[in-house]
Amino acid sequence: MTAESEKAPAAVDSRAGVPDWLRRAATLNELWTFVILLALVVFFTIAAPGKFFTTYDITQIAVNAAIYLVLGVGMTFVIITAGIDLSIGSVLVLAAVAAGEYNIHHGGPASGWGTVAFSAVIALAVGTAWGALQGVVVATGKVPPLIVTLGGLGAALGIAELATGGQDPAGAASTHLQNSLGFGKVLGIPWMVILAAVVTAIFGAVLGSTRFGEHTLAIGSNPTAVRRAGIPVGRQLVKVYGLMGLLAGLGAVMWLASYGTTSIAGHSTDNLKVITAVVLGGTSLFGGRGSVLGTVIGVFIPAVLTTGLIVIGVQQYWQDVAVGVVLVVAVYIDQMRRKTRERA
Amino acid sequence: MASAREPLLTAHGVVKRFGHVQALSGADFTAYPGEVVALIGDNGAGKSTLVNVLSGVLSPDAGEVRLDGEPVRFSGPMDAQRHGVETVYQDLSLAPDLDAAANLYLGREILRGGLLGRIGVLDRPAMRREAVRAFAELGVELKDVTAAVTTLSGGQRQSVAVARAVAFAHKVIFMDEPTAALGVVQRARVLETVRRVADRGICVVLISHNMPEVLSVADRVEVLRLGRRVASYTAADTTIEELVGAMTGSLDGPNGGKEAEDGR
Ligand SMILES: Nc1ncnc2c1ncn2[C@@H]1O[C@H](COP(=O)(O)OP(=O)(O)OP(=O)(O)O)[C@@H](O)[C@H]1O
Ligand SMILES: [Mg+2]
Repeated sequence: MTAESEKAPAAVDSRAGVPDWLRRAATLNELWTFVILLALVVFFTIAAPGKFFTTYDITQIAVNAAIYLVLGVGMTFVIITAGIDLSIGSVLVLAAVAAGEYNIHHGGPASGWGTVAFSAVIALAVGTAWGALQGVVVATGKVPPLIVTLGGLGAALGIAELATGGQDPAGAASTHLQNSLGFGKVLGIPWMVILAAVVTAIFGAVLGSTRFGEHTLAIGSNPTAVRRAGIPVGRQLVKVYGLMGLLAGLGAVMWLASYGTTSIAGHSTDNLKVITAVVLGGTSLFGGRGSVLGTVIGVFIPAVLTTGLIVIGVQQYWQDVAVGVVLVVAVYIDQMRRKTRERA
Repeated sequence: MASAREPLLTAHGVVKRFGHVQALSGADFTAYPGEVVALIGDNGAGKSTLVNVLSGVLSPDAGEVRLDGEPVRFSGPMDAQRHGVETVYQDLSLAPDLDAAANLYLGREILRGGLLGRIGVLDRPAMRREAVRAFAELGVELKDVTAAVTTLSGGQRQSVAVARAVAFAHKVIFMDEPTAALGVVQRARVLETVRRVADRGICVVLISHNMPEVLSVADRVEVLRLGRRVASYTAADTTIEELVGAMTGSLDGPNGGKEAEDGR
């Protein structure tokens, strides 16, 4: 495996010197998952020659992954602060319902561009507000993020169900939205994929090279030190959870565009899927370390598995088994690394 | 010899209560520029509390703190830092997952110029350059300023925390037991650094339970007992027995120290 990983492009810059072995280990998680992803692609390509890895498959995988990628980017920030957000699926539903209801009352499927734009703004605003509110509670330090967002999960879904009577309302999405963002392509690349890629690139850069990203990492690493350095930890947490909410709102717009309905009952496992992807991508559940690039890899592993298993004719439920096992191994490795580090 | 100079930092009659516990009951403190002053006392004597008051972490219930002769009341550690007062915390207060350069500039990041800087883009090359310079100035060798602090040795980590204080302090640095967890070699290095910093005209306030260390590095020693200063010595003219006596109160009454200035 070591020989193989040395060949991977990500290994190039970490070969500087022998004493850097610990540093190399720090990037290992990302590398490992990349190797796993690569191995999966190679395996399915060989197992189903000419069937897997066709342009159609790649496009389909990317479209399916687009929403999870957008959510995963936000979750990366949250987990890096040593937090968690279980509410994302419900927040997505709530934002979709808010936007959908507006659309229904302003023309339904036939609504114009103005309505499309305004309902998108509503979705983003609802998501951001809900996320920031959870962030405020987390920032008080009195209730752990797990519980805050578990409460948020129930409450957001409940409000969405109250507003709709629990039924997905008809006419939630404009055909303009569906034909553009939903099914539209530029140079053969779906808009969904382009949007997800742009979001990923922007927030990857934010995490890696801005003060906002640096403070996010520092808070997860040692909140006391950050506080003593005069950085307002609470305000940063509100921003991070608000960002997660914003991206859940964007996820709602993308969902409406793709599927044309709010799917109230269809998002109860979004949180698990997204958290799995982020952790697979090497972001530490204990905070302080992680990358958006890792999350991209982590999102594509289940996506490739699902498509691949279907193509080679294996029950796709094996995907859940495989991802579950890999997830536990990934966290085990992370734990071990923490322990080694604390002894050092 | 102290009489010739103006004190840099003074505290008079500082009182701090935590509920029913009176951690400081009218404590005094004096520090001069360019000196290393050790602050010693038994466990619970109030050393950390006093340092927290002087560095803006806690606000006193009563009493006065003067910096350069001017009464000051810090609203927080950041306010103290703006006045050139830095603290090396006992736990070092570093972000272990970030590199040495990022830790050096945590909360005071250098941003790129122009629009990129306005949106918060970091100037990492500049921070790394400055970090290398800052460490070199302290005689600290870091093979790689881009390595996470967690991968450094205990002594190197200590050096990063000290460098962080030194890089920004122009008046006072508090160090709460900076050598407590260190081996012989690293301890010597940190003490060397302390000396070097003081020689630049900065006052270093050193908390320590290690009496030989105190006598070897400090110019003066102030002794705290039960929340007040009970004695103040010139390090060259005192002994471990005398310091221990003052700390435990076995020596005597109110005027234990032979050089007690206003130690009551
Ligand atoms: N935050 C706090 N809440 C309640 N009591 C406190 C607090 N901080 C300090 N005290 C009390 O104040 C007294 C002085 O504590 P302080 O930490 O200043 O002592 P110290 O001289 O630094 O001791 P040590 O050598 O053990 O570090 C102790 O009795 C302690 O229990
Ligand atoms: Mg103490």
